[in-house]
Amino acid sequence: MALNRKVSFFTGLKYQGGGPMWAWILHRLSGLAMVFFVGSHIIAGFLTQQFGSDVGIAINTVYENWIFQLVLFFLVIFHAINGLRVTILDLWPALLEHQREAIWLQWLAFIPLYGLILFAVIKSALGM
Amino acid sequence: MSSRTVAKRGFNLDYMMWLFMRLSALGLYLVGLIGLTAAFIMGARTQTDISTVVRWMFFPNPSHVVSSDIVNLDGFINSFWQVMQMLAVFFGVTHGINGLRIVVEDFISSGWGRPLWRGFIFITWLFILLVAVYVVLAS
Repeated sequence: MALNRKVSFFTGLKYQGGGPMWAWILHRLSGLAMVFFVGSHIIAGFLTQQFGSDVGIAINTVYENWIFQLVLFFLVIFHAINGLRVTILDLWPALLEHQREAIWLQWLAFIPLYGLILFAVIKSALGM
Repeated sequence: MSSRTVAKRGFNLDYMMWLFMRLSALGLYLVGLIGLTAAFIMGARTQTDISTVVRWMFFPNPSHVVSSDIVNLDGFINSFWQVMQMLAVFFGVTHGINGLRIVVEDFISSGWGRPLWRGFIFITWLFILLVAVYVVLAS
């Protein structure tokens, strides 16, 4: 039986997948955002290195802005830890039995790591 | 609208990329941990700030830590770190662009749109990869 894909947006919103669903959505959004941001950071690095370009410097000025850094680090750290969870569960499927606990564990690892970045970024933003 | 065509079981592109996504994630963790260890050694004399350490961890290129208080980078500009940069670039860019392909192909399932998007994504992959490799070799 084929999967029905004719689902309206509002019906889709009613789907109650809980933690795993939100992890999946956040993983996709953060992945897409990183493709765009890291891609433009690579291009900007190339332009600055080769031509001393103003465009490259402008892109990197946005990239180094502290608010942007806080958002970017949220996406990167979440994507890294969530991806590690997915990898471990996929390569050792016996652990799938504990998949909901794995999400709690994932946030437990996220909080101190992001807290450290939060501390460092805000400290340097305040010029301390 | 019919459902997405799913590839046959066995060793094909979709399976290879599925495996690559997991293995490149582990590869990026490895490259990052090697960079993190080196960054601690590199910045130990001046107690370098965390942002320099993290920048070297993500991409171990000398121009990535140019505005920091590291005394001497000479020991970190060599072919080993170029290989590390190449690995970070290859795993990172390919992982990201393949992720883009997966998201796009979840929504564009039929007709001429799919080969068009595939071509566009392939060219984007090649372009960013070549630009990044150029930066590695030229720095």
